[in-house]
Amino acid sequence: MDFKRIGVLGAGNIGIGVVTDLVLHGISAVAVDISEDILKRAQAAVLNNVRCVPLLSKTLPRITKDEAMQRMVLTTDLRDVASCDFIFENVTEDWDVKKPVYENLERVAPPDVCFGANTSCISITQIASATQRPANVVGIHLMNPVHLKPTVEVIRGFHTSDRTVGTLLQLFSLLNKEAIIVQDMPGFVSNRISHLFMNEAAFVLQDNVATAEKIDMIFKKCFGHKMGPLETADLIGLDTVMRSLDVLYESFQDPKYRCCPLLRQLVHAGHLGRKTGKGFHVYPEV
Amino acid sequence: MTARTTEPSLRTAEAIRETVRGFILSSITITQLRDDDDLFDSGIVNSLFAVQLMTFIEKRFGIEVGMDDLDIAHFKSVNATTAFVLGKNGRQSSA
Repeated sequence: MDFKRIGVLGAGNIGIGVVTDLVLHGISAVAVDISEDILKRAQAAVLNNVRCVPLLSKTLPRITKDEAMQRMVLTTDLRDVASCDFIFENVTEDWDVKKPVYENLERVAPPDVCFGANTSCISITQIASATQRPANVVGIHLMNPVHLKPTVEVIRGFHTSDRTVGTLLQLFSLLNKEAIIVQDMPGFVSNRISHLFMNEAAFVLQDNVATAEKIDMIFKKCFGHKMGPLETADLIGLDTVMRSLDVLYESFQDPKYRCCPLLRQLVHAGHLGRKTGKGFHVYPEV
Repeated sequence: MTARTTEPSLRTAEAIRETVRGFILSSITITQLRDDDDLFDSGIVNSLFAVQLMTFIEKRFGIEVGMDDLDIAHFKSVNATTAFVLGKNGRQSSA
């Protein structure tokens, strides 16, 4: 299959990373979001990512700002993805937001086009149910920063076809990404486990067992993780982590996924992590 | 790469070093940081911090980091970053 243009719905953290990855590898991206302001910020972030590639990766392609601009279309009109060969959906982790997006997308995209649903925890089978093409919907759990992560968790929904998985793998091969394919359950493998770590780390902080720095240091220095659970939560965005925990709690009806009150309080206080400069840690303004 | 105006008080090696050290220490919690500690090899920070440090020095010292300068080695320690800023300002380190 020829991937000339790829649709990217949602220009938040993950959407920005997906667009970055596509343009770096010479593939045109059509990014859709609900406001010009969001798109403007996304464009600036993509250009900054492209610029910083030599600093962070020895293997990713180097491209100029002009090349990145030429490969990027930013729009608030969903109809602009009608000519895309594949569509990544990365909108907010909230079923009430995702569902109408898929219902509208169904009307816009040709019936044979596949959708890659990027979600932290929502079941792919549930997402596919909002479309008339459940066989063409595959789950993708991209990690931050998308263009620097070589491996992706891919989730097969109840109806996902081999053709859809094959199409996605073909696209990922152009991005030099490896896929680990798992079955569909809320949270899949990664988030079902990692969110317990992040949430319990928040409880440990709330209970004054240790500072945020010490909690993260134990994971880094004792377990050899690259980042601690609280730093990871800050990078993902505490609002996203909270919503994912709520989805896991709702889906499994299991109290082990109850969101830590401190985490919820930080979200309500507007301390969402790196993107707002404050979360479990403080990030100096640069 | 275009040099912009830098405050005179930030042009000496020691002033640059102090400013860089201050930024790093305000970003991470560690008890000790030697000026030649490799921030990335030691695991003190991950490589994404290089972007934060680069953005900081561009704004603070009024320099522009060009494509040819985008090497993590320039930002691996307090000393390396200081030398890089001095180089961009066209001055030799007096340290």
